[in-house]
Amino acid sequence: MKFTLKIWRQKSPDEKGRFVTYEAHDVGSGMSFLEMLDSVNQGLITKGEEPVAFEQDCREGICGSCSLVINGTPHGPDRGISTCQLYMRRFPDGAVITVEPWRARAFPIIKDLVVDRRALDRIMQAGGYISANTGGAVDGNVLLIGKDQAETAMDAASCIGCGACVAACKNASAMLFVAAKVSHLAILPQGKPERTHRVRAMLEAMDREGFGSCGNQYECEAVCPKSISVRFIANLNREYVRAGVVESGLPAEPESPHAESA
Amino acid sequence: MMKLDPKIPAGPLETKWDRHRFSEKLVSPNNKRNITVIVVGTGLAGASAASTLGQLGYQVKCFCFQDSPRRAHSIAAQGGINAAKNYQDDGDSVARLFYDTIKGGDFRSREANVYRLAQVSAQIIDQCVALGVPFAREYGGQLANRSFGGVQVSRTFYCRGQTGQQLLLGAYSALCWQIERGQVTMHPRTEMLDLIVIDGQARGIVVRDLVTGRVSIQTAHAVVLATGGYSNVYYLSTNASGSNVTATYRAWKQGAAFANPCFMQIHPTAIPPGDEHQAKLTLMSESLRNDGRLWVPKMAADHRPPGDIPAEERDYFLERRYPRFGNLAPRDIASRAVKTVCDEGHGVGPGGQGVYLDFADVIERQGQDVVHERYGNLFDMYNRITGEDAYHVPMRIYPAPHYTMGGLWVDYNLMSTIPGLFVIGEANFADHGANRLGASSLMQGLADGYFILPYTIGHYLATAKLLSVGEDHKESRAALQRVTDRISRLLNAKGRRPAASFHREVGKFLWDHCGMSRNKAGLELALRSIPALREEFWRTVVVPGSGEAFNQELEYAGRVADYLEFAELLCHDALHREESCGAHFREEHQTADGEPTRDDTCFAHVAAWEYREHAVPILHKEPLAFEFVQPTTRSYQ
Ligand SMILES: Cc1cc2nc3c(=O)[nH]c(=O)nc-3n(C[C@H](O)[C@H](O)[C@H](O)COP(=O)(O)OP(=O)(O)OC[C@H]3O[C@@H](n4cnc5c(N)ncnc54)[C@H](O)[C@@H]3O)c2cc1C
Ligand code: SF4
Ligand code: FES
Repeated sequence: MKFTLKIWRQKSPDEKGRFVTYEAHDVGSGMSFLEMLDSVNQGLITKGEEPVAFEQDCREGICGSCSLVINGTPHGPDRGISTCQLYMRRFPDGAVITVEPWRARAFPIIKDLVVDRRALDRIMQAGGYISANTGGAVDGNVLLIGKDQAETAMDAASCIGCGACVAACKNASAMLFVAAKVSHLAILPQGKPERTHRVRAMLEAMDREGFGSCGNQYECEAVCPKSISVRFIANLNREYVRAGVVESGLPAEPESPHAESA
Repeated sequence: MMKLDPKIPAGPLETKWDRHRFSEKLVSPNNKRNITVIVVGTGLAGASAASTLGQLGYQVKCFCFQDSPRRAHSIAAQGGINAAKNYQDDGDSVARLFYDTIKGGDFRSREANVYRLAQVSAQIIDQCVALGVPFAREYGGQLANRSFGGVQVSRTFYCRGQTGQQLLLGAYSALCWQIERGQVTMHPRTEMLDLIVIDGQARGIVVRDLVTGRVSIQTAHAVVLATGGYSNVYYLSTNASGSNVTATYRAWKQGAAFANPCFMQIHPTAIPPGDEHQAKLTLMSESLRNDGRLWVPKMAADHRPPGDIPAEERDYFLERRYPRFGNLAPRDIASRAVKTVCDEGHGVGPGGQGVYLDFADVIERQGQDVVHERYGNLFDMYNRITGEDAYHVPMRIYPAPHYTMGGLWVDYNLMSTIPGLFVIGEANFADHGANRLGASSLMQGLADGYFILPYTIGHYLATAKLLSVGEDHKESRAALQRVTDRISRLLNAKGRRPAASFHREVGKFLWDHCGMSRNKAGLELALRSIPALREEFWRTVVVPGSGEAFNQELEYAGRVADYLEFAELLCHDALHREESCGAHFREEHQTADGEPTRDDTCFAHVAAWEYREHAVPILHKEPLAFEFVQPTTRSYQ
């Protein structure tokens, strides 16, 4: 197979970028999209030209490194996968394919298709954890957690932190990312003591980092490689409201034995 | 002259660790804040160590080459983590986990280390639960277990097929907390390129900021390497493409002994290689062998579709050769058995490099839904990569380089032969001997990082005489100079060959001559050929772009240059070990029916290699004394 690629090239953060056209020849249908880019790059390197910079590491959809907008869609045309899990058999022979980086104010471009996603880490640092010291934890079976509850927490916890949700959102909001972490920890009894602080701190950090607000368009769910459900955004909103109620001194969720008394 | 003192505490096995902890000196709380520790790596080992050291009050500088600590290779682990909880009441215990690990490692690991690992295993699960790791649960709310290759109890805890991800996100969240508290300074996209040794002590590292290209000196009171394994020296492996040997290899060149580099785990169940553009081999979790059956056609070169081959014309070769463990035989044994049937012409798929992993029986017995619930994501993954539906056609699998039991030599305190240089996780050699059992690397990484290193490093910091050193110390400057010289040498090589082509070539060489089976002639050939390839690399490689900018090809070429040196060390080790043990199979040492023969008289030792400039490395031996278990022939038949 062969393809025409229009790839975003940008030397550095301050320089202006542009699309450059490359031809990819002799592409096997069993090749992954990234392997196809590798082979284009090998051709460039052989000519002494700088290869196209892009991110990848695990190449099996779990590390969250790969991050390409392919024909306008983050992670490409298929649902529930990340860029590295896309195979060339998915494209018709001879197709023209555009490749761009994530575009969002909070993700400045470093080079070509590589962006700076540290803003997501800073949101996590603001509250995406349980303050549990190493040592002295109680036996894991002391906390009984129903199978359904554990499964829902796991659904939320599957987020790979890729940022596709941000790239897909018109407002460049990180709501799905934040919702996934807030929900994962709020569902579990271990996460309950800090839930009020957590949801507020993480949302404040999200604003601070320059992410937009949620417009309820749900493009995020459509591109999320782990199919994280927008139901978690609803859950996040509830957590946020609940935090306000707790602050006001009224009882929040009387049925929950683990809610703090704040 | 290098001295190997494993510092194993005396006395009964069960109380060694407790007594050792008590006899260790502590750093007073007030002093901790004046002590800086460097942790390189944010996988399970690095993230758990950095967060715990931060919590204890040390100032921690933490480094990784990915854009975020959460993306370390540990994230990809699928199957699970072992712990001797005996929640299933199926006869598990610390002693049994200890014994399984020692035996699984073919009696080439240290008893004291392995026993301690088994002891702390239960605590790991509790710690992870406290951090919010959503382990699989039973309906009643208790933690669920599965059984995993090579053992007969169910002691593996898991989070669907994403256990590594969840454990790492747990450790990462603990790290985030310490970053927020100001105890840990995180340096992502920063690569360690050399080690600074001053007055015989590890006192810092040289790093390159991968965004700006700036090279700098980072000093500290101690350095911890948690930089993972080197399977990628084979080019194709199941590891993330960034995993590399540079950090440990550079430390070796500065005087840290490298132990058992040839102990290389080849995992039996990966998707077979396709064409030459292939960038990695995808692991199909070992848990699939709980229900899948491995077979090949009895007739060689049988090209019928699998469904047309009747049961009596199939060879369920693991069940035939190892009736007691069947398809659950340990990895080294299963991989070799796959290689044997493929070498004899029974392999299936392109190039005859593959065997079937068949789920038809379990689907018939328990239904497709059950299989879907257990392995759905793995079947999807297989389908995406191969375009085949494994519910109806058996999977094809083939062994792939996966894990490195070898690594920098460490004593019981996880300290290398350089005082102040500690090595944890896959980067050290400590616990798995000649073969690692499934689900025990995650256990080891977290044991080292959460529970062992934070104690043992304290004793070092409390007792070592540590003068203040700075960036302008001559050893710091010398290390910086080594790094900048090498970078400019790479950039000034004016050839035409991309680094990847050398990587592929050295990887193929190792796979052919130092892979699943090895012999003297092949290893000697490799040792003659690798230097020539290396010489060609420096003559004909091309690395475009500049050093003062984001330059992925420069990063990669530097790693390949290290593989081209390290490959030789691997072959030296494989050549010296004139026995077959665990994953190391020397064709000269086997029984008439192809089973390995171990030689406890001559080779019950850890082979620790010392670097020498322009010369063959020096071999030092740490004898392995078995006081508590009797080495037996490791039979799974
Ligand atoms: C596909 C797959 C599945 C697996 N499944 C399991 C399983 O189910 N159970 C199990 O027990 N084990 C499993 N393993 C093995 C296990 O995942 C690894 O052995 C383990 O995660 C290694 O952890 P680590 O912390 O030692 O290193 P890693 O997770 O490899 O982390 C290395 C860290 O070091 C950093 N680093 C490396 N070099 C440098 C440098 N020069 N400068 C700066 N930073 C550097 C990296 O950025 C990274 O942060 C699996 C492995 C693979 C490949
Ligand atoms: S929510 Fe989905 S799209 Fe967003 S960061 Fe997580 S995995 Fe990526
Ligand atoms: S490279 Fe890891 S998710 Fe794509």
